[in-house]
Amino acid sequence: MKLGRIQGKVWATAKDPKLNNCTLYILQPVDEGENPIGMAQVAVDTVSSREGDLVYWVGGAEATFISPDRQVPSDVTIVGLVDRLDLKKL
Amino acid sequence: MELAKVEGTIVSTAKSEKLLGYKLLLLNLINPDMSTSNNYVVAVDAVGAGEGEVVIVVRGSSARQAEKLTNVPTDSSIVAIVDSVEFKGKVVFRKS
Repeated sequence: MKLGRIQGKVWATAKDPKLNNCTLYILQPVDEGENPIGMAQVAVDTVSSREGDLVYWVGGAEATFISPDRQVPSDVTIVGLVDRLDLKKL
Repeated sequence: MELAKVEGTIVSTAKSEKLLGYKLLLLNLINPDMSTSNNYVVAVDAVGAGEGEVVIVVRGSSARQAEKLTNVPTDSSIVAIVDSVEFKGKVVFRKS
C-alpha cells in the first residue's frame, strides 16, 4: 500500500455497471514527505474519504476487492484514511 | 486508473480470437489539469467511447474485471466516459 493525497473528483455516467455507486477521486501518490510520485490516478473510494485527505491505497489486482462480496474493475482503491503520520528520522 | 483522451481507433484484422468483436482505441494519458502526457496505450473499449472523449482507463489484470471483458486478453480497458473533473477545487473539464 502507498500514500496519496486526494486532489479532486471525477463524475462519469456512462461506465461499467460494476462501477455503479463508486466514488471516483483524483489521487496523487505521494511519499512520506508529501512529494508527488508519478502521474495522478483515478481511485475508487471505500472509506468515505473526502477531498484533501491523506489516504493509503492498494494497487494492482488487489484493488478489485472493494468489499468481501464485490469486485470492481479498479487498479487503484483507497482503503484507509491517515489520521497521523509519525516519522522517525534515522 | 488514469484519465485519458481517445485520439484514434485501431483497425486490426489479424488478432487474437478472444479479441474478436471488441473495439480497440488509442489513448493518450492526461494529467488531471487536462494536459496531455504523450504516453499512449491501446485499450479495449467496454463502454462505447468515441474519438475526442475523456475516459477512465484501468490497467493490469484489473482490466479484465470489466463486466463485458472477463475472458478477454487485455491489460488496458476503458471503463467509464468522463462527464466532468474537479481538480484542486476548480472544475477543469466538463463534457460538452
